[in-house]
Amino acid sequence: MSKINELFSNKIHAINVGIEFFKDDIIKQQGSATHLEWKPPGGGKPELIAALDRLENAALAEKIEAANKLAVERIIQSQPMLVGFDQAINVVPGMTKTTILHAGPPITWDRMCGGMKGAVTGALVFEGLAKDIEEAEKVAASGAITFSPCHEHNCVGSMAGVTSASMYMHVVKNKTYGNVAYTNLSEQMSKILRMGANDESVITRLNWMRDVLGPMLREAMKIAGEIDLRLLLAQALHMGDECHNRNNAGTSLLIQALTPYILETDFTKEQKREVFDFVASSDYFSGPTWMALCKCALDAAHGIEHSTIVTTMARNGVEFGIRVSGMPGNTWFTGPAQKVVGPMFAGYKPEDSGLDIGDSAITETYGIGGFAMAAAPAIVALVGGTVDEAIGFSTKMKEITTAENPNVTIPILNFQGVATGIDIRNVVQTGILPIINTAIAHKEAGIGMIGAGITYPPAEAFEKALLTLSERIS
Amino acid sequence: MSIKVVIKKSTYFDSVSLMSLSTKANQIAGVEQAVIAMGTEMNKEVLRNVGLLTPELEEAKSSDLMIVVKAETDELCENAFTGIEELFTKKGETKGASEIKYATIDSAAKSIPEANLAIISVNGAFAAREARKALENDLHVMLFSDNVSIEDEIALKQFAHEKGLLLMGPDCGTAIIGNVALCFGNAVRKGNIGIVAASGTGSQEVSVRIHDFGGGITQLIGTGGRDLSEQVGGIMMLDGIKALDEDEATKVIVLISKPPAPSVEEKVLAQVKQCKKPVVVYFIGGKEEAVLAAGGHFAKTSKEAALKAVVLAGANEDEINKRALNWPLIEEVRAKLTAEQKYVRGLFCGGTLCDEAMYIAMETFEDVYSNIQKNPDYKLKNLHVSQAHTFLDMGDDDFTNGKPHPMIDPSTRIARFLEEAKDPSVGVILMDFILGFGSHEDPVGVMLPAIIEAKKQAEKDGRHLEILGYVMGTDLDSPKLEDQVGKLMAAGVTIASSSTNAGLLAREFVGKGA
Repeated sequence: MSKINELFSNKIHAINVGIEFFKDDIIKQQGSATHLEWKPPGGGKPELIAALDRLENAALAEKIEAANKLAVERIIQSQPMLVGFDQAINVVPGMTKTTILHAGPPITWDRMCGGMKGAVTGALVFEGLAKDIEEAEKVAASGAITFSPCHEHNCVGSMAGVTSASMYMHVVKNKTYGNVAYTNLSEQMSKILRMGANDESVITRLNWMRDVLGPMLREAMKIAGEIDLRLLLAQALHMGDECHNRNNAGTSLLIQALTPYILETDFTKEQKREVFDFVASSDYFSGPTWMALCKCALDAAHGIEHSTIVTTMARNGVEFGIRVSGMPGNTWFTGPAQKVVGPMFAGYKPEDSGLDIGDSAITETYGIGGFAMAAAPAIVALVGGTVDEAIGFSTKMKEITTAENPNVTIPILNFQGVATGIDIRNVVQTGILPIINTAIAHKEAGIGMIGAGITYPPAEAFEKALLTLSERIS
Repeated sequence: MSIKVVIKKSTYFDSVSLMSLSTKANQIAGVEQAVIAMGTEMNKEVLRNVGLLTPELEEAKSSDLMIVVKAETDELCENAFTGIEELFTKKGETKGASEIKYATIDSAAKSIPEANLAIISVNGAFAAREARKALENDLHVMLFSDNVSIEDEIALKQFAHEKGLLLMGPDCGTAIIGNVALCFGNAVRKGNIGIVAASGTGSQEVSVRIHDFGGGITQLIGTGGRDLSEQVGGIMMLDGIKALDEDEATKVIVLISKPPAPSVEEKVLAQVKQCKKPVVVYFIGGKEEAVLAAGGHFAKTSKEAALKAVVLAGANEDEINKRALNWPLIEEVRAKLTAEQKYVRGLFCGGTLCDEAMYIAMETFEDVYSNIQKNPDYKLKNLHVSQAHTFLDMGDDDFTNGKPHPMIDPSTRIARFLEEAKDPSVGVILMDFILGFGSHEDPVGVMLPAIIEAKKQAEKDGRHLEILGYVMGTDLDSPKLEDQVGKLMAAGVTIASSSTNAGLLAREFVGKGA
């Protein structure tokens, strides 16, 4: 029977694009119909539609599909293991005593936002490169300091992302593909360096982290050997975390895994007690850990020719930048950093907020964080709404991703895997932007965190990437 | 005076929902003017014309939603915005919060394996792309959108043909598939007659007449008005005929179109010759010989097409109420009209209904003008001024550019009607009222005050104004056919029982000295 004759004999199920009452009329007549939440592709811009059309050419599309399949397979099959802790100068590629790594795409000192400047000057004091904040500003501007994005050194950094030579780093190794990723230790919450605060209390804490916490963790991991982070992540999601803004379960799991080895180290009981008190002081202890896991998996998928999968989303407080697998190396596509909307600590108003900042959007790039909101009903207040809305965010992200990660699943969605592998073509086609859960730092240096909420990348970054790739892929 | 502007970036609503929101917004107390529209150049032009285009709005992009309110005071403005927000949220509440929503045809088709058809009514600039995506996903397509290029149409139809899929359209407003009317259509009995039509209201009319004569239909396939052009070559009509010929439930096939390009007519008739089933051919203004030579059944009017189909499908002709012309009525009306009242003015929502009435008038009169006349000598020079016999298709692009179709929004037709009613040379004003899915919920009701006013004025001026109405719909349609006809009759409107009879009556009413 021909397809047209099949249509005659089957029940109508229409997909309706455009005028909505056509759907209603079909349902009135006992047909089925689904109305699309459609937007003009590429926001209606002809050059973007032309680029999408070009990439849909059968021969090109086939190459892209194959490349993306490989990229997503590498993200999913990556098995990032925590293998150690050490000072940045000892492990991070390209690190020097006068290097300051920062979050997001490249930026110069004079263009940095208040929060990042606060973190940079604090780090210079911490490293002994300046005696106080005032002098640190001069040093930072002098040209003697090398500023470089964390991402260009196999690192990720929370918020300002400021990382200096003697800070302790997670060392995370990809058991499947062999690459290594690094990230700083959590300073816990609020008035902290990565949020732009830099007073004496901040420096004192950094000194303790360098002298006690870091070395103790290093020794513990030497005893432990390795800890399977993906396994912990999967459990944390089942326990109600999305592992970006909520880390209660993940932190418990991580410290649970570390505790026997910490106990075996040669540090004093008082020092161990200090470490456990510090971890208990907020639930954010494991936040950076998941970021390193995500970075480790995504780096394994970077540099696959013809792939349109996003491997990095990061912001420096001024610009939002993405990297795409099919543009190997450090090509950034950027647009202006956006506002973050969400509840604020008492006493602060939206106009106090700095713009979106940090490498933590690496979690959404991997498929957790905002993408896994359905796993974390406890923090739906961040999206200003209901559990249904949180579920909606997680299912909606499937419109712009390529696969579901079977290793990291969400119970409330019948254990579907998290949406994985953002395809820039889908983002431009649908106008749906990746949702990002994140913290809000004060716009001025020296103050710190003032709230948390959700934000989206600028569409511009994806549009530029699409235009460039549509010319590159042939 | 206070003006408030809000621009919602990258917030898309289709124009029909926005129109209905705009309408409701204008009803909010204290609102002088409210506009809710996408930031297209055209909409900005509209705002410029009413003096509401602020620099902020000039920056709006076509994917941004613009909300502008003008009111007496700031307070009223604010109130109006609260009201508008409610209008938006109300819409959201009616949907289940956890209903899965899809953004693209690709994702919907992947997630709904039983989906078999896509209805596409987005702006023409994006429509071809969406149609292609639907075909790639093995979906049949009803492409409602207009302004799709002929190159795109050809490419889409060839692609559909290769895949064995239907591509109805572009600019296709009517289909009935599996007893479900799509977009614009009437509630018609299920039966054994299949229709392939390059004409929306023409096929609606034939389906309604078939129902009226006691028959019913299997499928009504729309092809879009350009299918039988030289360039497109009738790809979809040919595929449609083939499918109906193979369809067991179909006993008779009816083809409807304006006259096709000669080479295409040849192809279509060759296909008719191949058919195992009887085929009734109604090509408006078409010639009989070629149809008969191909073994088809020729119909000169929509009514004849329906009647022949019903009889070929097995009805007993003697038992059918053929609704013959009412000659005593014609004599009666002729007597009421003065010598000066010589002309027919037809104001149509349905393009093919307009065409049919015009062709009927042209059989008797020479001076028949229209916005859709093929002969340039009789194409209306000024669209806004009628001359002699004038038949206007008010659903044509001339009238709908930037405005909704008169089947949805009758305001343009009301204004034109009042103009025509003043003209002392006018004997008959002929109007169609289209019922059914997609149409206005009370097409007669919205016209009625103007009809009553015009009748009164004519009486004051000491002349009879003959208003002839045709309500296209079946007894299964909503609103009720009976109620709509009743309202017109109560206002002194004469009712025609078919599109064909409407044309014949109008012609004969003014046909005195002819």
